[in-house]
Amino acid sequence: MLDVAGHVLSFSLYEGLVFGFVAIGVYLTFRVLGFPDLTVDGSFTLGAAVAAVLIVKGVNPSLATLAAFGVGLCAGLATSLLNTKLRIPALLAGILMMVALYSINLRVMGGANVSLLREVTIFTQVSEFLGVGTRIVRSLIVAGGLVVIVFFILNWFLRTEIGLALRATGDNEQMVRGFGVNTDMTTILGVSISNGLVALGGAVVAQGQGFADVGMGIGMIVMGLAAVIIGEALFRPKGVARLLLAVLGGTFIYRLVISIALRLGIAPGDLKLITAVLVIIALAVPYLQKKVQREWMPPAARW
Amino acid sequence: MNKKIIPILSVVCVVLAVVLVVVLTRGIGGQPAMEYKVGITQIVTHDALDLCRQGFIDQMEDEGFVEEENVNYILRNAGGDMSTASSIADYFVSVDVDLIFSIATPTTQACASAVEDTDIPIVFAAVTDPVAAGFAANWTVPGGQVTGASDWADVGAQVKLGMDIYPAARLGVIYNDGEVNSVVQVDELKKVAASLNITEIVEATAASTADVYAAAMSLVGSVDAIWEPSDNTVAAAIGSVVAVCEEYDIPLFASDISMAKGGAISGLGLDYYVNGQEAAKLAARVLRGENPANIPISTTPMTIVYLCPAAAAEMGVTIPPAVLDTATEVCGNQS
Repeated sequence: MLDVAGHVLSFSLYEGLVFGFVAIGVYLTFRVLGFPDLTVDGSFTLGAAVAAVLIVKGVNPSLATLAAFGVGLCAGLATSLLNTKLRIPALLAGILMMVALYSINLRVMGGANVSLLREVTIFTQVSEFLGVGTRIVRSLIVAGGLVVIVFFILNWFLRTEIGLALRATGDNEQMVRGFGVNTDMTTILGVSISNGLVALGGAVVAQGQGFADVGMGIGMIVMGLAAVIIGEALFRPKGVARLLLAVLGGTFIYRLVISIALRLGIAPGDLKLITAVLVIIALAVPYLQKKVQREWMPPAARW
Repeated sequence: MNKKIIPILSVVCVVLAVVLVVVLTRGIGGQPAMEYKVGITQIVTHDALDLCRQGFIDQMEDEGFVEEENVNYILRNAGGDMSTASSIADYFVSVDVDLIFSIATPTTQACASAVEDTDIPIVFAAVTDPVAAGFAANWTVPGGQVTGASDWADVGAQVKLGMDIYPAARLGVIYNDGEVNSVVQVDELKKVAASLNITEIVEATAASTADVYAAAMSLVGSVDAIWEPSDNTVAAAIGSVVAVCEEYDIPLFASDISMAKGGAISGLGLDYYVNGQEAAKLAARVLRGENPANIPISTTPMTIVYLCPAAAAEMGVTIPPAVLDTATEVCGNQS
């Protein structure tokens, strides 16, 4: 019976890793840049659609996954250009792109759904290369490997001069501009990378579940935000590396709760309520803690 | 003080989660052992899909698989969320169900990937084209772990209903040749035409809703009747086809029910309850030991007959009483 517990944990770990790309992307925009970007629901599906269509057309899955990252970058680029060059508010720019991407995704897939069953994916590629059989093991290897790569690149990038400027843009845009940094450039860079990561997540998820569907991005922004908030509330991270790990941890816990809820047989309508309650708890805990200790906390932001 | 609380809280949370998992697994072990454990996964709560599930459970009872006597059903609904659909599929695999009944295409795709390493069979319903969806090699020998009941429309039966009302030698069709589904239906119509004594099929295509009226006008004088496939473009502009048909007394027969309700004389559709029953028949065979790879995908008989005598009168025909008797639904007092 313990293997069931092991199964729940390992499957949630896999989901925590693949959806971790989305959470890291959301973390980059919402937290690092202070840019509430809602493109995510669209760019997640876009990544899945592009990867799926390329794979079906016979392109190497690794290349297709990389291409998904590339088109995600473009989607983010479009959103951030709307914001910086046309001065459309971030929230609205994201919503507009999300809506536009729905049509684009349908065009890319040429229908609502593309099947990847029996196609060569990065998962089957890796399991053939390493000679490991079971689904969960190879899923964990692929997802873990990709996350490690992204983790190290981001960890390095966010410490470079440009990376520091990017992080500072979210903290105090006017000060950063005063230092001669082009904050439009850092915003564009940050939002593009964020959506690239989200699209990468979409490409991996589609290959894992065996299909891309035009509706698969719905709710990704909520999941990403929830994961970020849970991760921050639970692990109180300091420093880039720990922050990234906390976000991955938050995604893991979010997916774990859903897996457990499914096992308990919770009614479909109630599942969303549970995730909402989970996020509310994660959001409220820091404030309640300060309240208990009679410390002051500023009122909530209203964007 | 504050710094100590946080790690303690995190530890408590993790411990709680682990305890929950352990308690849960105990709970699963503690259930009365049934002969069969069937997981039912559904993409979203929706009238047609709920009916499908009920049809499945009811028919299973007729096949001798009675709930809480020898079968345990694990019902799960993804609430429209694809990632939840994958989680459900994985859950079914982890508790090693004897069979998965999957309602709709995305859930079936998610299950088909999840069962790869296992021998858990999947029976689907409410899927239109399982071959295009990728989980069946072909209709007669699916070749994998997946078989089921498709909701593919029977074009022959739909056209035959129209011909029973008014036999037409020259039959017109209006469709958008940019819609794959419509082209498939028209091809199907050409195959069955001879057996229904149709000598000529006159096609008129419309690329957009604005072209539908002109397409309908182009058929006036060269056809005896019009049969309308399920085409999204024409469906949106069905009113202009009805107007032309009423003006020039051309009987208009529709394929599906919603198209028919736009003003045509007849329509033939399938009942998702029956679709679920068809799936249950296959599921029973699988549970009795047959290999799903060799069980042909079944189609569901079209049992909802919609007829509209008022529309027929407008188009200059009367529905024969023998046909009218077969109606399950007759239109209201519309002109």
